[in-house]
Amino acid sequence: MNTEIFGVIAMYAITILMAVPFGKYIAKVYAGEKTLLDNIFTPLENLFFRISGIDRKADMNWKQHLVAMLTINFVWFLLGMFVLMNQGWLPLNPDGNPGQTADLAFNTSISFVVNCNLQHYSGESGVSYLSQLFLMFLQFVSAATGMAAAVILFIALKQKTADKLGNFYNLMLISCTRILLPASIVVASILAFNGTPMTFNGKDTMISMQGDTVSVSTGPVAAFVAIKHLGTNGGGFYGTNSAHPLENPNYLTNMVEMFSQMIIPLAMIFALGFFLKRKKMARMIFSVMTLGFLLLCVPTIIWETQGNPAIAQMGVDMGSGAMEGKEARLGSAASGFWSIATTVISTGSVNAMHDSTMPLSGMMQLLAMMTNAFYGGCGVGILNFFVFIILAVFISGLMVGRTPEFLGKKIEGREMKIAMIVALLHPLLILAGTALAAAFPQITSANLNNPGFHGFSEMLYEYTSSAANNGSGFEGLGDNNPWWNITTGFILILSRFIPIIGPVAIAGLLANKKYIPESAGTLRTDSATFGMMVMAVIVIITALSFFPALTLGPIAEYFSMR
Amino acid sequence: MKTNIFPAIKLTIVTLLFFCVVYPAVIWAIAQLAPNNGHGEVVTANGKKYYANIGQAFTEDRFFNSRPSAVDYNAAGSGGSNKGPSNPEYLAIVQARIDTFLMHNPGIDKKDIPVELVTASGSGLDPDISPKAALVQVKRVAAARKLSEEKITELVGSHIEKPLLGMFGPEKVNVLSLNLALEKL
Repeated sequence: MNTEIFGVIAMYAITILMAVPFGKYIAKVYAGEKTLLDNIFTPLENLFFRISGIDRKADMNWKQHLVAMLTINFVWFLLGMFVLMNQGWLPLNPDGNPGQTADLAFNTSISFVVNCNLQHYSGESGVSYLSQLFLMFLQFVSAATGMAAAVILFIALKQKTADKLGNFYNLMLISCTRILLPASIVVASILAFNGTPMTFNGKDTMISMQGDTVSVSTGPVAAFVAIKHLGTNGGGFYGTNSAHPLENPNYLTNMVEMFSQMIIPLAMIFALGFFLKRKKMARMIFSVMTLGFLLLCVPTIIWETQGNPAIAQMGVDMGSGAMEGKEARLGSAASGFWSIATTVISTGSVNAMHDSTMPLSGMMQLLAMMTNAFYGGCGVGILNFFVFIILAVFISGLMVGRTPEFLGKKIEGREMKIAMIVALLHPLLILAGTALAAAFPQITSANLNNPGFHGFSEMLYEYTSSAANNGSGFEGLGDNNPWWNITTGFILILSRFIPIIGPVAIAGLLANKKYIPESAGTLRTDSATFGMMVMAVIVIITALSFFPALTLGPIAEYFSMR
Repeated sequence: MKTNIFPAIKLTIVTLLFFCVVYPAVIWAIAQLAPNNGHGEVVTANGKKYYANIGQAFTEDRFFNSRPSAVDYNAAGSGGSNKGPSNPEYLAIVQARIDTFLMHNPGIDKKDIPVELVTASGSGLDPDISPKAALVQVKRVAAARKLSEEKITELVGSHIEKPLLGMFGPEKVNVLSLNLALEKL
């Protein structure tokens, strides 16, 4: 068990150490400074923009940014619907999988456009190779959309004028070519050399030692799994995601996949510090997020390594922990760690089945998505956290009787209204969705895989995962039917775009305001005290909003097992 | 909207070509250098081909058994049980697995059965078990094959894979390679 704990610590430590230099690189890329890859990619990007008729140097204001973002996302969504519904007759379908139904294609297309990857289908039978490749394209561009949105915020906080916030298409494309693509090539190569398939041959057959004939699904897995993690998308090539021994063949690939899903969200925090030349602020954000992460992660690892008390009562050797839904090569500690990392970061890939984790571990996974601000997904993590910073600035301003200011700009009623709408939308979508599902048991209860409190947790998890754009699930839930496909589909759209539009709008409005130089009377927003204030705001909002729902699900299940 | 729609469509087409064709082609080319040309790791024995990382259903007494699987080791449709920890129906299944194990392994104490041998894996295709889970089966396998327990224990010992760099992650035994070696004894 000790080596399992060391493995987890090593994974986390390596990621943090690498995040600082990588953050510096990201900041350079977005500031337009010289980097190593200029010679390869500048001509290529110029070619892309010439074909598309886009002037990459044409600056946009925040409204133009949002229009450009929504337009291109809509194009991707329609194209996704078309490919998924017609994959049956389109090329690259060696396994002969049928086209998706309209409601499933709606859900799948949206969830990949919004970086969620909820996946109400199973990779082996639900999509063709062409669809897998198209979804992989969405994994690149949806992550890049989030990163571009975060950079609009960075630029707005740096600039003194509000109409020169860079070009959306340029920010989106360089996120793909300069950051996601090179990293994906490295990660995919490591995976391929460790036994992850990268082939277009379709299913293979083998006869097992006991004489059963077994079909083995392969495919272009390595390329897919790399970007699934680097872009914090999380949608697996196979049904069981990174628990599958071809998608995650050994402990090394597990460490690499874990590293690649955490690196960009962590590096973006440091990139903010380098970009704005406010390293202290980046440290404050990093500390608050890390504290939140550890508070969720450490107890989960303990509960998972202790194992299921109900099975312990049967008298077997519990040395390896809660092994239902877990893989022997990864172990319970690494799976417990992964379950929190993936929910905190909005990846939603899994290397163990969350449905079978301990009740309170399930609660921690839910809380990680309910706060949705500790590290967070590619780009959007920073945007979510920014909303909490604005709230904390306002509240602490009121407490000490000073005008609320952030980086020399006054926070006023309009910004506060936007921030409150964004902060309250998240609990509203989760709780209203779950309440609706619970109100129609004649439709929804047949989809549950477990009775009682745990069944309620399955529904709560599905809506939480949708609203956090996470994509993991209590996968026992039978979610491929119109009810779940359509309700979660709409939650996905709202919970993706409003939390992007809100912070970008605030940033745009702030950039327009007069700059007030910092003085002795200014509330410092990079101090430890302010960090605690942000933490308190996050805890209060999540605790007050979600505690009743958690009581009905995981907490009740925990007490029922004692 | 109008100024954006055509650039958006055109940019989508070029990036689509780049990320759906060029990127996978690059990875595919790199994978040609990898072991078994990117088809996944394969073991061949007696003219038969097995995927090293895909677990198989080993249920007979003369083999080291693999972990329970919710999909019966169907490598074209992976899946876990997704049973909640308090589900009474699930707990009854676990109890039944313990009873079955004790029946097939006389002389083994219940407290020596590692929990992973009575719980289903996440993928349903878990190729590995822990060293403890292999050692607890030695007595049964030795009896079924009429070989000495020492010899089998030694075989298990030589198939224990150490953690990564000796430090990270659990020890494990690949059930397929252990059983292949067992057949050669």
